[in-house]
Amino acid sequence: MTTQPFISINGLSVGYTSRAGKIIRVLRNVSLEISRGESVGLVGESGSGKSTLALAAMGYFKRGLRPLCGDVHFDSVDILALDRDELQAIRGGQLALIPQNSGQSLTPTMRIGQQLTEALRLHSNLESGQFSDRVVELLTQVRLPDPAKLVSRYPHELSGGQQQRVAIAMALAGEPDALLLDEPTTGLDVTTQAHILELLRDLARDRNMAMLYVSHDLGAISRVCDRVVVMYAGEVVLTGSARQVLLAPRHPYAHGLLNSIPRLDQTRMPIALDGRPPMPGEAITGCAFADRCALADNKCLTEAPEMVGLSTGELVRCFKSDMIDRMPVSSRQPSRLNRSDDKTDDTALGLRDVAISYAKDNWLQTFLSPADGGPPATVDNIRISINKGETLGLVGESGSGKSTILKAIAGLISPKRGHIMLHDQTPLTPRVEDRPAVNLRQIQMIFQNPDDSLNPRHTVAQILAQPLQLYFGLSGDALHQASVSMLERVRLGAHYLDRLPSQLSGGEKQRIAIARAFAAEPEIVLCDEVTSALDVSVQAAVLDLLDELKTQQGTTYIFVSHDLAVVKAISDRVAVLYQGRLCEIGPAEAVYTAPFHPYTDVLLGAVLEPDPDVAPKLIADDVVELSPPARGCPFQRRCSRKLGAICDSEMPPARQLRAGHVINCHIPADEL
Amino acid sequence: MLSLLFRRILLGLVTVCIVSLIIFAGVEILPGDACTQYLGEYQADDELLTQCRKDLDLNRPAFDRFAEWAGGAVTGNLGLAVDGKTKISTIVGDRLQNSLLLAFCAMSVGVPLALLLGVITGLWRDRLPDLIASTLAIFAMTIPEFVSATLLILVFSIWLGWLPGIVLTSASAPAAEFFPEILLPMIVLSLVMCAHIMRMVRSSVIEVMASDYVQMATLKGVPYWPTVFRHALPSALLPAINVVALTIAWLLGGVVVIEVVFNYPGLGRLMIDSISDRDLPVVQSIALIVASVYVCVNLAADLLTMLANPKLRTMYMRK
Repeated sequence: MTTQPFISINGLSVGYTSRAGKIIRVLRNVSLEISRGESVGLVGESGSGKSTLALAAMGYFKRGLRPLCGDVHFDSVDILALDRDELQAIRGGQLALIPQNSGQSLTPTMRIGQQLTEALRLHSNLESGQFSDRVVELLTQVRLPDPAKLVSRYPHELSGGQQQRVAIAMALAGEPDALLLDEPTTGLDVTTQAHILELLRDLARDRNMAMLYVSHDLGAISRVCDRVVVMYAGEVVLTGSARQVLLAPRHPYAHGLLNSIPRLDQTRMPIALDGRPPMPGEAITGCAFADRCALADNKCLTEAPEMVGLSTGELVRCFKSDMIDRMPVSSRQPSRLNRSDDKTDDTALGLRDVAISYAKDNWLQTFLSPADGGPPATVDNIRISINKGETLGLVGESGSGKSTILKAIAGLISPKRGHIMLHDQTPLTPRVEDRPAVNLRQIQMIFQNPDDSLNPRHTVAQILAQPLQLYFGLSGDALHQASVSMLERVRLGAHYLDRLPSQLSGGEKQRIAIARAFAAEPEIVLCDEVTSALDVSVQAAVLDLLDELKTQQGTTYIFVSHDLAVVKAISDRVAVLYQGRLCEIGPAEAVYTAPFHPYTDVLLGAVLEPDPDVAPKLIADDVVELSPPARGCPFQRRCSRKLGAICDSEMPPARQLRAGHVINCHIPADEL
Repeated sequence: MLSLLFRRILLGLVTVCIVSLIIFAGVEILPGDACTQYLGEYQADDELLTQCRKDLDLNRPAFDRFAEWAGGAVTGNLGLAVDGKTKISTIVGDRLQNSLLLAFCAMSVGVPLALLLGVITGLWRDRLPDLIASTLAIFAMTIPEFVSATLLILVFSIWLGWLPGIVLTSASAPAAEFFPEILLPMIVLSLVMCAHIMRMVRSSVIEVMASDYVQMATLKGVPYWPTVFRHALPSALLPAINVVALTIAWLLGGVVVIEVVFNYPGLGRLMIDSISDRDLPVVQSIALIVASVYVCVNLAADLLTMLANPKLRTMYMRK
């Protein structure tokens, strides 16, 4: 082992000057060391400064930010002292970055081949004649299909997973000694994420690279990293081996963070971490985490803790690290477990053989060949009925049609065939414009990203007033009262009324979106990935809120998410969709335990738990299918347990396993 | 791709047809006609009017006359002016040529300058070059054209005596004879145009330079200027195409004030003169020409944008 670490960041503070002329520090006195062949995970909530730190390791600071003190050494070179040309020679060469959102990080006007060739021209010793062979080699190395054809494609023609692989290939072009990864799998499907992480693990091992892996996803971190660094409010609060940090964290924040993650093997709701981290520039007198910490006492509020080494080897910034085991754990049982007896059999909503197609009817084609009926519908044969007060989870990869089904229920897209029945008696009018007001009130939707679904120029009062005025005709004092009581029900105070969405945090915005939906006193609430854009600690609080509102009101939820653990935590029943077809439906516990539909098996196998001892099972490839097959089982092309021709030609039968648990598969029930 | 092109051209033709119909109808609805106007100063009696209407063929149904006018317009024959002698295509043709000349000169200075300044101000945002150019641009946009035109005449032709302050060349003179008289109107137009395009390019450059992919190019080790030229500008300059197109259309039909100040014989001034003379056939013809220019230029801009933007290009190529 060498004495000088490969990457070493020492006492680094990064900040900007505010309009008032104050220096606001985003990173506060951060130190971090990474040796060759080591992969370090950097964890924290959004705003904790983890991406800023990763970019600082490359000597890059976003506009306005600058290093205030401290230094960054890479391979014994003082990065902050280099001039622009020297920096550019190292960036992308010895030290490469894999960005968060490759879809936006690849230049839209350049072909994949051009972008890779550019990296080679800058950072390799190859002759220009060898570039094209090397590009194909790199694309093959990241396991992209048909690399020779891919080079002439533009980024927008690739799927998210493919774009991410191209970004990895580009980072590898300079044969780097160190890789910085900034949330490289956020936004990808579980299966794609699992495959990309395996690829990164292999690459890091084969090339003995140093890796800094920035993520809020502890599951991904546990899969890739040897050591984990936890950041909070611009400071490092805990470092230790992955096993130490993820299994027995010695800092209350890390402890709370781990508890807020929904797990597949748990039946309880995740525990929310209350409060919010201090904003950069906020005055911090004692420990930055003190106001959210259950262990905090006077000392924590007045005196800032230093990093101390523990006998077990971790470094922790906490006075109470020996008391973590005694932290109060208040685990709330989800409502479904203590409410199973009052479940009614009244149907809230029924989908009767619904088919939805995005393809426009081409009259010419219909006229010429009326028999074939055009391409297969995006969503087909959906027959589900949802009871009152029940939560139905819809899971599947992107393209599985789960959001499309929500849109059809909301009336944003008309089904091609079939009906959506309200209360099992009245078919809903397909288009939302034609629906009577009472139906509009009964069905409310909460969207994934509150930044897009809340009007940025409306105050919270105006946002909440809309449903209250529209459906209940409230005005004046009554309107004010109702708005305040809605805010209180989503655990926000009346002082939020005159704020604009931009003055709220992500979690607060989503609460406003929830309050708006519930202000209509709906029977059915459609939740489209409502926690995907939130931090895990905030996600737990939002899930908890949704569950509480349901218990109070007996609301029916249809909950769409790509996160299987989240769906498990909140759902009574779960439906697994692939290519717009139903694979499996049943009570949550039944779907998440064997016997499985082969696709459910693939999905569950790819879920990453924040536990270094749990490895994912990768069964099927993460190929992206763009359209469902014309006939037979939707999963035929990726299924590892395919029986043969029957899967290609015939729709799989619905096999009833236990009460309400149905698997659509040709494999006999006792072999599943 | 071809079908899209075909559809857009068809749509453009339909637009021009509808516009021509509206122009014709508008002129028909106005009280009085060419004869009451033409004979007005002689206190025309009914007999003369009837004779005149017969001569000018105004007694036929409006639809017939529209068909004849439109049919003529397609073949380039715009009919006769209200005096019954001059061919409209000659008057308008000369003026159109002059307007094209002025537009071409103004564009060839204004557009490259605007792009250059837009990129510079975008890259050096909030620094000295940006502050200077942006401030000047605001002046160029807010000072009314006749004021800046008068100022330029004052400085360059009266005080310094470098350039002629007014155009004395006749409308039908060949292009070469307009120099150097054309220079001052050209400068005024370039200034206004340049300011608009520059501000748009500037904000587009700022937006693209802050994008994830430019940041990624930097972090990939691409030096600064290749990053700007290869990664940023192809996207940043795309929106300029449409603004330039609108400017072309404006230069051909909407620069009346400049033409009046400098006595430049362009389309805009002819339009105003014809309106005050109630020479309705000429007004019709100019309106039709300006409308066609708008349609053509916008069509060209859309096609160019589509070709230059890989996202749109691949979308239509595959279909």
